[in-house]
Amino acid sequence: MKKDPKIIVFCCNWCSYAGADNAGVAKVQIKPHFRIIRTMCSSRIDPELIIEAFKKGAWGVLVLGCHPGDCHYKNGNYKTLRKVKLLKRMLAQFGIEDDRLRLDWVSSNEGEKFGKVVNKMIDDIEKLGPLDLSYAETEVE
Amino acid sequence: MGKPKVAFYWCASCGGCEEAVVDLAEDILTVVDAVDIVFWPVAMDFKKKDVQAMDDGAIAVSFINGAVRTDEQVEMVELLRKKSGLVVAFGACAHIGGIPGLANFSNSKEILNTLYRDLDTVDNKEGVIPQTRTKVKSGEVTLPRFHNTVKTLDQVIDVDYYLPGCAPPPDLIMGAINAILKGELPPKGSVLAPEKSLCDSCRLNKTKPEKLTMKEIKRPHEIKIDPDLCFLAQGLICLGPATRSGCGERCINANMPCRGCFGPVGNVVDHGAKILSSIASILGMENEEAVTEEEVDILLDGIVDPGGLFYMYSLPSSLLKRKKSD
Repeated sequence: MKKDPKIIVFCCNWCSYAGADNAGVAKVQIKPHFRIIRTMCSSRIDPELIIEAFKKGAWGVLVLGCHPGDCHYKNGNYKTLRKVKLLKRMLAQFGIEDDRLRLDWVSSNEGEKFGKVVNKMIDDIEKLGPLDLSYAETEVE
Repeated sequence: MGKPKVAFYWCASCGGCEEAVVDLAEDILTVVDAVDIVFWPVAMDFKKKDVQAMDDGAIAVSFINGAVRTDEQVEMVELLRKKSGLVVAFGACAHIGGIPGLANFSNSKEILNTLYRDLDTVDNKEGVIPQTRTKVKSGEVTLPRFHNTVKTLDQVIDVDYYLPGCAPPPDLIMGAINAILKGELPPKGSVLAPEKSLCDSCRLNKTKPEKLTMKEIKRPHEIKIDPDLCFLAQGLICLGPATRSGCGERCINANMPCRGCFGPVGNVVDHGAKILSSIASILGMENEEAVTEEEVDILLDGIVDPGGLFYMYSLPSSLLKRKKSD
């Protein structure tokens, strides 16, 4: 049976979550294979949470924040940028494909962009397939 | 009733934890007065069959150091678990995987091929790789199987307490032994060390600037390290903010930044992810609005091996545990 992709989308409260709301109001067509988790700021998304999402079965993780310069807390998103970039480098060392973690900026009036970014993520992740982390639990010869 | 029986055992470790017991100096005499050491391969001539002959639970406490990677180690720790009332994971390797755990960025096949076949100094024309069973003239000889993944002790057997450190410092060892002898132990599963971070007890904490930023990453061999200034403020990656205190800041006092052997602070699962978060937040924080994405990439290039550095001691106990194996 073909499985549907599972994407976790972390949205900051002030821009990207409002952007998702805007997408809904504007009836932007988005594939249903994603779940939003809202945090107050994108920099609240600790790398540990992203890894945990993968551990719990996410095929991909999308982190969305305010555009640079627009952060509600002035400069949380700059920290997010550095954290996600560094985490991507580290995940590569674990053999986890670069496309599985993505960062983008979506403002509160960018419903259209929200839909585009999420659809693109779902399409790309569907090609990669599920992220099987069971190798860490089972002994492989 | 005789004295409580104690066992020491080693798995994938360097012998430093055994040394730590000897480092108790005169205190070891107090220990020997209070307990009977019934098994300690590095120092005493007791055999596996001696342990097998004991009743279940006959050993009051087994201190087991080292990570677990072979069938032999699994067999021995399972035996000791059966025979012991308490099992203490002794030292960083048993606690969180330790340095041997970095091998989880590789796999058994790669390691055996490199060691026995591919290294320039290896003369092995037939390409012989160790086998678990080999037929020889006089019969069959066996070797324990070398597992693909390095595991912490608690991923193999039930563990009651953890003594962190590479190696655990004498005061924590004595504290643990005294607590066991007096029966004043914290809840099962506790790490027998403070919950707070290394920075909390670090003497350099007071030299930390109000707003801590790192302009760029420096590696310890690249600069003359100021022994009286917070290492992070000097651009050196120090795992102190995410690492449990209690080591006595041995590395800091030797002018080296923390590498995390005590494992994460209480309530943190993934040591590496936490320190990654902390370092990435303060790196290039000054005027961060003006830093372009390309400049961020250049700053991050200063961290040559993020996985190896952030998980130096804790890879097997991390959320991902190992590199993906195809």
